[in-house]
Amino acid sequence: MVRPILEIKNLTTALAGGAITILEDISFSLEPGEVLGVVGESGSGKSMLALSMMGLLPKAVRRTAGRIVLDGEDLAGLPPDRWREKRGIDLAMIFQEPMTALNPVMRVGDQVAEVLRRRGLTATKARQEAVGLFTKVEIPAPEQRVAAYPHELSGGMRQRVMIAIALAANPKVLIADEPTTALDVTVQAQILDLLRKLQKERGLSLVFITHDLGVIAEIADRVLVLYAGRVAEIAPVRTIFDNPRHPYTRALLASIPEINGPRGRLVTIEGAVPSIGAMPKGCRYGPRCPLRRDICEQEPPQLGRVSPDQAVACMEPFGFARLPEEALV
Amino acid sequence: MTLETIIEARGVTKVFATNSRFFRRQAVGARAVDDISLTVRSGETLGLVGESGCGKSTTGRLLLRLIEPTAGSVLFNGRDLTELSKAELRHSRRQMQIIFQDPYGSLNPRMKIGDAISEAFVIHGIGDRASRQRSVLDMLDLVRLPRSAAARYPHEFSGGQRQRVGIARALALKPSFIVCDEAVSALDVSVQAQIINLLQDLQRELKLTYLFISHNLSVVRHISDRVAVMYLGRIVEIADVDTLFARPAHPYTQALLSAIPRSHPDEPRHRHPLTGDLPSALAIPKGCRFASRCPFAQDRCRILDPTLETLPDHRLVACHRAVDGTLPASAHS
Repeated sequence: MVRPILEIKNLTTALAGGAITILEDISFSLEPGEVLGVVGESGSGKSMLALSMMGLLPKAVRRTAGRIVLDGEDLAGLPPDRWREKRGIDLAMIFQEPMTALNPVMRVGDQVAEVLRRRGLTATKARQEAVGLFTKVEIPAPEQRVAAYPHELSGGMRQRVMIAIALAANPKVLIADEPTTALDVTVQAQILDLLRKLQKERGLSLVFITHDLGVIAEIADRVLVLYAGRVAEIAPVRTIFDNPRHPYTRALLASIPEINGPRGRLVTIEGAVPSIGAMPKGCRYGPRCPLRRDICEQEPPQLGRVSPDQAVACMEPFGFARLPEEALV
Repeated sequence: MTLETIIEARGVTKVFATNSRFFRRQAVGARAVDDISLTVRSGETLGLVGESGCGKSTTGRLLLRLIEPTAGSVLFNGRDLTELSKAELRHSRRQMQIIFQDPYGSLNPRMKIGDAISEAFVIHGIGDRASRQRSVLDMLDLVRLPRSAAARYPHEFSGGQRQRVGIARALALKPSFIVCDEAVSALDVSVQAQIINLLQDLQRELKLTYLFISHNLSVVRHISDRVAVMYLGRIVEIADVDTLFARPAHPYTQALLSAIPRSHPDEPRHRHPLTGDLPSALAIPKGCRFASRCPFAQDRCRILDPTLETLPDHRLVACHRAVDGTLPASAHS
């Protein structure tokens, strides 16, 4: 088995004080050249997960446990300034709203060149390379567009600039946090096509965070389902769609109106995602789960393998019995 | 479903003046909605789709006369809304309501839910204190919220519950026509399904007519009887929901539908990629406004502005080549 390019081990984050956990015991790995889709509703902690990996947690939030291993090196164990060096070079990120991530008073080409110069390119070479990257991310008239300011570009073009900046770093892992959510559906399709193309060509290792299972179907190789700060299920994308084992994954898939299926009554999940600070005891999905038993309220279910490549944090697939040691992930 | 028309727009146009003192003489205006005609039939759900900036929300507000049209007229149950007096308009308004995307933005944070719902009764001078209170409880029952909600404040509710409050407020005056403007777009999918089911139940129970505005094509397909597609201030196609999704006629509709993410990783992908960006509503191109991005555009498309024409299968489409039947067969299935 190849060594994972990124490994998250037992990551837990909490609001300062430590009493209220946001992410709890998150573990997963990303293989080189793989696209891991992270799907969750609002309040699932998916953006917090992205920020944890980048070492960019807001002041009020602390990582209380866990390791973030990038290409064999534990970033969480590094001093903050060493982690900062990794950020934007080995580990790059694109965001939902490129306008807030781009510098509004700097030409977009210079923002790409800035990253290239950090890699040691001369100013002239960096400018040339910026045009090359704009071509790569399919920005029309790249020689002219490098001189534009962010506000002169459309949302889709800005996201392409963000992708060019991320590629300029030639990162080991790219984290994309809802990069197409603010875009119209036709532009979203273009950006997904582009990311898929770049991923194939350059063997990008990508963590793609989204709330949209349709986007997951378009881009992910494997899927991690996040619910209320915990991993509910991890499996290859086809398994998630064809044979989901967590009751939450099943309900989530059934609650989406289909674009070409029959139009029956939608399946709903009663209630709402619990808010942080008011997490139920035991399984966090328990209060909304039609399959819950008494045991679900006692302690949080551990992530256990139901097959070599599918793991579920639910007692039901294990006959509501405690998991054997070897099934634990 | 009856085929009676409840609301009809005739050549409705809205130009938003740009506030530039320097260029005032040039009278630049953004044509947000340009010469739209459409009918909504009693009891149906008409979906209205299009990308941001296409004028779909403006269209919804024009139908309710929440904003004044620059040209054209809106007929509600056969009466021209633009010609009604203030008092008459106010009476008509009781029969037409709107549900917004963000109920939090439309609820006063310092007003109890019960008061927010009964506000409509107070404004229209309906009933006394006791009867209003009873009506509030009825409305809460109707949208499946506990009666205890009346004494609580908006921040105590989740997004889905707040949207139920928004629906209760809209229904308080027993309207017949409701504009749902991205009413489920801000909700998580699991909650979105609850609200969609509720809207469908209420439509059946109360015989409501919906104009359902959304950028989410899967949701529109699920809830609509007919669908209108807008592009840059114009309606480019109107058809029965099944016809539209199975055989989109307008090249823009084809591109839009082909861009919807697949619902399964093994589904084949038939992309009709669009090139270029949406032209600005400040400088609408001559001829067909989609021509600059249309893979099938011909010379005539850049000169002649197509009007909505009826095809043999009763759908309406604004495309020279679709009307001629000279468009290449759609790859979308």
